[in-house]
Amino acid sequence: MSEIPGDLKFLKSHEWARVEGDGKVTVGISDHAQGLLGDLVYVELPTVGDRVEAGNACAVVESVKAASDVYSPVTGKVVEVNSALSDKPETINEDAYGDGWIFVIEAEDAEQLNELLDPDAYAELLEDEDH
Amino acid sequence: MPFIPHTEADVREMLAAIGAPDIEALFDEIPAALKVQSLAKVPEGLSEMEVVRLMRGRAKQDEAILNFAGAGAYEHHIPAAIWQIVGRGEFYSAYTPYQAEASQGTLQLIYEYQTMMTRLTGMDISNASMYDGATAVAEAVLMAERSAKKGPRRVLVPESLHPAYRKTMQAIVELQDIEIVTLPCPDGALDPTALDAIEGEFTALVVPQPNFFGVLEDVDALTDAAHARGGLVIAVVNPMSLALLKAPGSWGATGVDITCGDGQPLGVPLSSGGPYFGFLACKKEIVRNLPGRIVGRTTDLDGKGGFTLTLQAREQHIRRAKATSNICTNQGLLVTAATIYMSLLGPDGLRKVATASASNLRALRERLLRIPGVAPLFADRAHFHELALTLPKSAAEVVEALAAERIVAGVSLGEEYPQHGDALLVCTTETKSDEDFELLAKALERVLG
Repeated sequence: MSEIPGDLKFLKSHEWARVEGDGKVTVGISDHAQGLLGDLVYVELPTVGDRVEAGNACAVVESVKAASDVYSPVTGKVVEVNSALSDKPETINEDAYGDGWIFVIEAEDAEQLNELLDPDAYAELLEDEDH
Repeated sequence: MPFIPHTEADVREMLAAIGAPDIEALFDEIPAALKVQSLAKVPEGLSEMEVVRLMRGRAKQDEAILNFAGAGAYEHHIPAAIWQIVGRGEFYSAYTPYQAEASQGTLQLIYEYQTMMTRLTGMDISNASMYDGATAVAEAVLMAERSAKKGPRRVLVPESLHPAYRKTMQAIVELQDIEIVTLPCPDGALDPTALDAIEGEFTALVVPQPNFFGVLEDVDALTDAAHARGGLVIAVVNPMSLALLKAPGSWGATGVDITCGDGQPLGVPLSSGGPYFGFLACKKEIVRNLPGRIVGRTTDLDGKGGFTLTLQAREQHIRRAKATSNICTNQGLLVTAATIYMSLLGPDGLRKVATASASNLRALRERLLRIPGVAPLFADRAHFHELALTLPKSAAEVVEALAAERIVAGVSLGEEYPQHGDALLVCTTETKSDEDFELLAKALERVLG
């Protein structure tokens, strides 16, 4: 059973979002997702300053057998990216919710976060996927 | 692993194992309306004997021809050892090495090929080959655009690049909304200051070396000029010429970003135009945008060395529509021939071939210029092993007249470069002698006289 922290929001596509305050949202992929992908070998980060729209792909995580798009949970501007992942992509496998964060967005509309799944809903989604 | 066909007994056994009545049943998912019932317009097949007879008859038209045509495909001597080795079942019928455990031989060969190409071009990484030089240039342009991310979608291409390469590139690249700006080369090569006249940004400058006229471009100045404007540089080179000329990895201050071209000069026969193979190599920084297969070296679970396809997440079978390209194969057999050719000749051997070709051109040029009315089109330019000549008659006429004497005088430039009149592009490699030059000269004198 993968880890699902209580203070996060989730997308059906297995991204997590953490509200930081002052409009910023940190984004990464869930523990479940990193387990499915296997050992990550590369992360294609977005560029700081890029504008992204909710539901659009803005990063790519790559393992030996797959390359998956990472979708933005909200519309806004990328203000920070986790450059450490360039040298150590496996950080996402080791600590998906902490050091494995991928990028930070300055959200244009904080309301969009309410449309995301809360931890219980995400847990249910994972259970359904297992069946 | 060589290809070993199934016997009828094998087929029956396999069908029984999966519970299918016949091979046809395996295609049941395809709607009947889409299946072609008969190929009425395809004639009956010929027996092996009939085919051999037919092809022998056709081959006669290529017999005993004295060939002075280049224009992208070059007649070099191919040592008999090469196709002897290439003909081995393991090389000849080997398929795509997706299953590393069963393909170590093929993978090692491709790895060696990649290594040789990086040494020859001075680039960091080479892929396992492209379909040909023309599509390699197109893919290089797409790759440059991907590497530029928010790129200008605009590529500068001199008219001195092979016309067939330009047309192919245009067909592929314009569909992806990338603008091609063609730069004139009235003096036979691209003037580096011509870039000053181009306003705005561009993704890349394409630099051929030697160019279609056989002329050597000012590659250092062009590379630096493009880089100064923030554009990438794509070199399109004759791999044989690299045995003598500066490698693209050393052009200008920092070297080019992408190198490509056609590998035909390296042990691949002319074969009426193909198949040949394209090569594509790049700097380490942009390797993730490189299309095609890449073979890497690794160790297995037991710590033993081996080879495998790597960086596969760029490719279609993983990334689908977001792959770097739709290419999913390469010209394995010709790559094998080229690798064996480069191994047998080594750097010294290649240098000898390139030197002999270049010095033969000097001898040919000297002899032909003694014919009244024959002059070089670009007299002040340095050439590798090809040269454009202006003649008192149109090149097309001359080529036709000499063909009757079983001499291919060269390639007529009239259609592609009408601004130069109808000039003749002649080429000589190490395969020609002074006697051959005399034969050509005498025949030209007869036709022009």
